[in-house]
Amino acid sequence: MRTPLNRVRGLGPAHSGTGHFWLQRLTAIANIPLVIYFVFLIATLAGRSHATVTATLGEPVVALLLLAAILSITMHMRVGMQVIIEDYIHDEGLKITLVVLNTFFTVGVGLSAAFAVFRISLGL
Amino acid sequence: MIEHKTRVERPLSPHLQIYRLTITMAMSIVHRIVGSALYFGMLLFVWWLFAAGNARDFDRINGWIGTWFGQLILFGFTWALLHHMLGGIRHLIWDTTRGLEPGEREMLAWATLIGSVTLTVIVWIVAFMMRS
Repeated sequence: MRTPLNRVRGLGPAHSGTGHFWLQRLTAIANIPLVIYFVFLIATLAGRSHATVTATLGEPVVALLLLAAILSITMHMRVGMQVIIEDYIHDEGLKITLVVLNTFFTVGVGLSAAFAVFRISLGL
Repeated sequence: MIEHKTRVERPLSPHLQIYRLTITMAMSIVHRIVGSALYFGMLLFVWWLFAAGNARDFDRINGWIGTWFGQLILFGFTWALLHHMLGGIRHLIWDTTRGLEPGEREMLAWATLIGSVTLTVIVWIVAFMMRS
C-alpha cells in the first residue's frame, strides 16, 4: 500500500524538499557579515604591494574569516546557480549535466581559493 | 510518471514585454543577473589570490588593476557583492511575510539600489582613508 505522501515524495521539479531552500537562506545569513568583511578586504588590499597583501592574508584572523567567506559564498553560489538552471533549462539531460557541472565549478572555485589562502598563510 | 499522449492547448501567461517595467520587477531580475555575474566574477578573485603566490605575478596583476578598466571591474565587483547582499536581505525580510504591501515592496526595491551604490562609495572612501 502506498500512502499519498509516499506517492508524491521526490516528484517535485527539484526532486528534493526544503533542504535546498534552507541552505540558501542559511548561507545568505552567514554571507551578510562575511561579504561586508570580504568587500572591505578587497577595497583595502586591491592594488597594494605583494608584501602588504601576503602579510595581511597571513594573519590567522584574516585567513580564517576569508576561508569562512569562501566556504559560505561558494555554497551559496552552488544552490543559487542550481535554481537558475532549473528555472530556465527544460531539457532533462542538459539540466542534469549543468547541475553536475555547477557543483564541480563551485567546489573547484572554493578549493582553489582555500588552497591559495593556505599557501599564503603558511608562507609557501 | 504519467506521460500525456496529447498536449492540451492551455492559455499561456502574457509575454514579458507587454508589462510596464516596475522597480520591483527590475530589481528582481537584477538580483539574479548580479548573482550570475558574481558566480563567474569569483574566478577573478581566485586568480588574484593565486597571483599572490609570487611577487612578479602580483606586480603584473597590480598593473592591470591600476588601469581604468581594472578599477571599473573592481568597483563593479564590490557593488555587485553589496547589491546582491542587500537584495538578499530584502528577500529575508519577505520570508517573514513583512514588507510585501504596496509601497513597502517598492520602497525596499529602491533601498536595494540606492543603498548598494551608497555603501559601495562609502566602502571605497573608507578604504582609501585607511591607506593614507
